Amino acid sequence: MAETRRIKVEALARVEGEGSLRVTVRDGRIKDLHFGIFEPPRFFEAFLRGRDYREVPDITARICGICPVAYLLGASLAMEDALGIEVAGPLADLRRLAYCGEWIESHALHVYMLHAPDFLGLADALELAAHDRALVERALRLKQIGNRILEAVGGRAVHPVNFRVGGFYRTPRKDEIRALIPDLEWGLDAAVETVRLVAGFDFPHLEQDYTFMALSHGDEYAIHRGELARSNGMRGPVPAFLEQIDEEHVPWSNALSGKALDGSHHFVGPLARYALNYDRLSARARAAAEQAGLGRVVRNPFKSIVVRAVELVQAYGDALELAQNYSEPDRPFIEAKVRAGEGHGATEAPRGLCYHRYRIDGDGTVLDARIVPPTAQNQRAIELDLWSVVGANLDQPDETVKWRAEQAIRNYDPCISCATHFLKLEMDRQS
Amino acid sequence: MADRKKLSLAVWKFSSCDGCQLTLLDCEDQLLAIAEHVHISHFLEATRRVENGPYDLSLVEGSVTTPREARAIRRIRRQSRRLAVIGACATTGGIQALRNFARLEDYIGAVYARPDYIDSLATATPITEHVPVDFELRGCPIDKGQLVELLSALLNDRRPNIPHYSQCIECKRTGAVCRMVATGTPCLGPVTQAGCGTLCPTHGRGCYGCFGPAETPNADSLAARFGAGGLGGRDIHRLFHSFNANAPAFREQGSPSDG
Repeated sequence: MAETRRIKVEALARVEGEGSLRVTVRDGRIKDLHFGIFEPPRFFEAFLRGRDYREVPDITARICGICPVAYLLGASLAMEDALGIEVAGPLADLRRLAYCGEWIESHALHVYMLHAPDFLGLADALELAAHDRALVERALRLKQIGNRILEAVGGRAVHPVNFRVGGFYRTPRKDEIRALIPDLEWGLDAAVETVRLVAGFDFPHLEQDYTFMALSHGDEYAIHRGELARSNGMRGPVPAFLEQIDEEHVPWSNALSGKALDGSHHFVGPLARYALNYDRLSARARAAAEQAGLGRVVRNPFKSIVVRAVELVQAYGDALELAQNYSEPDRPFIEAKVRAGEGHGATEAPRGLCYHRYRIDGDGTVLDARIVPPTAQNQRAIELDLWSVVGANLDQPDETVKWRAEQAIRNYDPCISCATHFLKLEMDRQS
Repeated sequence: MADRKKLSLAVWKFSSCDGCQLTLLDCEDQLLAIAEHVHISHFLEATRRVENGPYDLSLVEGSVTTPREARAIRRIRRQSRRLAVIGACATTGGIQALRNFARLEDYIGAVYARPDYIDSLATATPITEHVPVDFELRGCPIDKGQLVELLSALLNDRRPNIPHYSQCIECKRTGAVCRMVATGTPCLGPVTQAGCGTLCPTHGRGCYGCFGPAETPNADSLAARFGAGGLGGRDIHRLFHSFNANAPAFREQGSPSDG
């Protein structure tokens, strides 16, 4: 007998922003599945036009309260590219330190408070605290130290005020940075413990044929700079991004959905960085990955929680080293002469590669802006995972299917606020 | 303490970046203590358990930018004994209220291939324009200390102790060097509500107004002062038109077409 079953997840919990999922099942098979983003449009690219180039980092930071550094830095890098300056040496190191703070804060939040409860069958971290208060206290401290780094470098954790095109308004004093060291030493050990903890979870079976994309850099596990790399062998400079990725506008979502122009199963985020930059992991992070039984490439999206924990080890180790070696730069920022131009910038936000492009005129006024955030790029990959995960659980009651689907979406640490600002489309693929 | 005796807390998101509700999760030192005194009934960023109202206290982040949001806030108000709005979006409209000064069709056309898929209001308006609210917490983002004070006050039926005076007063109180006087840097401190912790002046930049207008601000006078210091109308306009552009005291300052 033909049977139609509708599973609706209207509000998606424990993600940053609002998304929804609609699945139509007919005769025991998925007929249709839409992962939608109901986050209302905020039109960042539109109102950036006409602003001064120096305002853009602070404005784009407001795209996302969880990863403001990704926007502060991505926009700054793009403007520096347009103006023909490069921020290198100690100022770039200070940027990396701040970015490690954002990775730590975001990864600790996601691993313990947003994602782990799924694997333990709990609704949230407060239920987890009722079972194991010490564990949640550790999670909160791990997260807090990330925020402390952001406060020391940027002034505050959400929308820090100290970043600007060319560097910083003021460089922190040596004692302000060195004060972080004892916490960072504790955090490095606690991050290794975190890998051990999450590696013991049960993982649903799912292996996907993703084409990974991430920044890659010869000297380091790429975060704040690098060239584009894809697992199909493509390498290229950041301005080549739009030759690889485009976006389309689908009716069931307010976010533009990223797609690889070669039709491959595009994926950005921790699994992509890990696969493409495994050789640049610190010895401590690699040892933790090996102990957790991870190979050089992980294709099960549910295991992203383990890879995220490995990256927590990486970020703590890097932050510790940067704090130990910190000396106050000679000047807080590099002065740039305003000129007309186009600039591109990309960094690794905690949830994946985030790309910016701006055109400015001769007095520094923004003519055009384009931002391609990670969750927009992963929207299609999330949907493809959901086809598999929901399909494998069709014999389960709705509530179970719903939870499994939510867990599969949370694998991506989706920042739905980020996913839903709006990008100009050059091609209409619907008609 | 029995769970039913705890006050119920709901956290709601409208059009926003999530940064203000994240600030609640950023209260790492107090979070578990807060959880001992309140029962979280609705907080999608933190929990998948969702309970129906009524709620003792609702915290609302974000501004109203869609017809759906305009309906939702009325429903939430009806279900909430107390309702506090948190952050620049909820109190003045936030950065997305820049659309209020443009034509929505231009904005949608600029970024969308399929404007027909978009269901958006022509304006981004603060929660305070839609329903009565019991308290407003300013900031882009809000300050952690002020959030803990607000929760503690509302849960204990007292008035939150949150200043409404200007950032200038805070700079004098803490001995921060005046950017305007010392370096001639344009600074919104004279008209902006204090509360961020004097961040920008102590980081060598002028206040950019993320806490919105202070009580009785004289923005006209400050704009005139910026003009006398050599700033063009367009730059004055840009300064006032950021995260609280829609606040009445900031709306009319400067001129977008006057270089």
